[in-house]
Amino acid sequence: MPGGSGDFDVVRLAALARLTLDPGDQVLYARQLAEILTFAGEVLAVDTAGVPPTTHALTPALPEREDAVEPSFGREIVADLAPTGTVDGGLIRVARVIER
Amino acid sequence: MTELTWTVAGVRDAFLAGEVSAREVCEAALRRVEGLNGSLNAFLTLAADGAREQARALDAAPDRRALGPLAAVPVAVKDNICTAGIRTTAGSRTLERFVAPYHATAVERLLAAGALLVGKTNCDEFGMGSSNEHSAFGAVSNPWSLERAPGGSSGGSAAAVAARMVPAAIGSDTGGSVRQPAAFCGVVGLKPTYGRVSRYGLIAFASSLDQIGSLARTVGDAARVLAVMAGPDARDSTCSAEVVPDWLGDLSGDVRGVRVGVPVAWLDQGVSSGVRLAFDQAIDVLRSRGATIAAVSLPHVRYAVPVYHLIATAEASSNLARYDGVRYGLRAAEVSNLREMYEKTREAGFGPEVKRRIILGTFVLSAGYRDQYYGQAQRVRTLIRRDFESALASADVIATPTSPTTAFRLGERLADPVHMYLADVFTVGAPLAGLPAVSVPAGFDADGLPVALQLTGRAFDEASMLRVADAYERDTGWWRTQPPINAEG
Repeated sequence: MPGGSGDFDVVRLAALARLTLDPGDQVLYARQLAEILTFAGEVLAVDTAGVPPTTHALTPALPEREDAVEPSFGREIVADLAPTGTVDGGLIRVARVIER
Repeated sequence: MTELTWTVAGVRDAFLAGEVSAREVCEAALRRVEGLNGSLNAFLTLAADGAREQARALDAAPDRRALGPLAAVPVAVKDNICTAGIRTTAGSRTLERFVAPYHATAVERLLAAGALLVGKTNCDEFGMGSSNEHSAFGAVSNPWSLERAPGGSSGGSAAAVAARMVPAAIGSDTGGSVRQPAAFCGVVGLKPTYGRVSRYGLIAFASSLDQIGSLARTVGDAARVLAVMAGPDARDSTCSAEVVPDWLGDLSGDVRGVRVGVPVAWLDQGVSSGVRLAFDQAIDVLRSRGATIAAVSLPHVRYAVPVYHLIATAEASSNLARYDGVRYGLRAAEVSNLREMYEKTREAGFGPEVKRRIILGTFVLSAGYRDQYYGQAQRVRTLIRRDFESALASADVIATPTSPTTAFRLGERLADPVHMYLADVFTVGAPLAGLPAVSVPAGFDADGLPVALQLTGRAFDEASMLRVADAYERDTGWWRTQPPINAEG
């Protein structure tokens, strides 16, 4: 695999992340990411038997609110933010999904 | 206004006393920004019209004393915090033309308190970086030495305060992004407890770590700005309902009996001799003021930097999935199908550090590795959090340097990400544990570059931490020293 890390296939991972990398970047990133993983490797050796994970440092009780419709941005504002800046029948235009 | 009164408290007092109008303050800040930004690149967008309009409204107010606690105070906002009608780029090509339709809660509260929003400051792309070199719009220079990094990711905010463009700025801190640039630029950087400030309108990087904080010249000023932004917000379910105490009223200068913990073993982590000397002198100052100094142990904190990068990149890979060219931001042209649109858009929109972190985050969350890397990092995070809780049971605050070195040269660490990440060795612990921390100027090294002391407090006990920082600042007064660039402005 590129970069010499047994676990790290940078091309496959980039594809999973919807990124494309040119060949030069593939080599560079594979090397740098392998170095970062080596650096992070000491974390894997820590004895964490019976230790629960921390997902948030301070977990507040999740607040509840009434399930009510509230004002939001109007369709015009949202449409203005769309990259194409146009709306077709209230929809945002994207690239073709179904190919011939 | 004099150099010494160009502070949050100084500007507000002068305005309330009728010594200066909001318009005069606003114009002074805008002149300063326009005069120095060519050298520093601290601001990405100026908001002159809006600031002038706000100043006019303040000057027209019938009773200045009824105005808010930041009346007529110019502030700058990091460009990853949304501002209605003013573009918000997050330092990324992806959002180069993005104008948010709403203000972040923090910004809304600053404006309601009378602040003049002067503009948006440069930052590492999506907050990912420790040098501000990972901005799509060029690096920021350090006002103390233009060829050096201002720190990151809130480098523009720190440089703007250090160069006296504005008396205060806000930034975001995920692994040290408020405190480390504050340290490099010789200003105060204050990161509150996780949940103290609403994240509504803060562009997400790593949601379990991100917090908005303040940068200013003095501890009192940083506390003033934070107090305005803090408090519950129904628009962010992780924002705490904890009451915001009167931090300013608590700044007595008295630290007799306060217990300051020093994690002695941690201080060996690549600390330069100049930083170590200044840190030891800072501890002597606190001791001479009557604080009790005692060694504390944080045995798992040596894993904090890699744990931070495993967790933060995982969260980032998820948060940044939204930049796909569909709803807003950049979209690549000339694509034949949706997948190609995603890939070309993200290829063109993201810089190298963001891509690196997204790929690493994708790896640590991928099938077969998720528990080994991400799950393990979350468990070690628990051990780090417990270490801090245990140390803060016997100490009121924990003292360390903010950064192991002073500002490094631009370009010096760009090719070596691991070396760059180690700049955050002392700052990543507090966000992993959700704790508040403040960086306060602590003198200069042999090259004349700022050194900083970091104080970490208990959750929701910013008060103890700020009291110690303020007392130290009173004795030393480093905040009065100006960077060389100010002689040019």
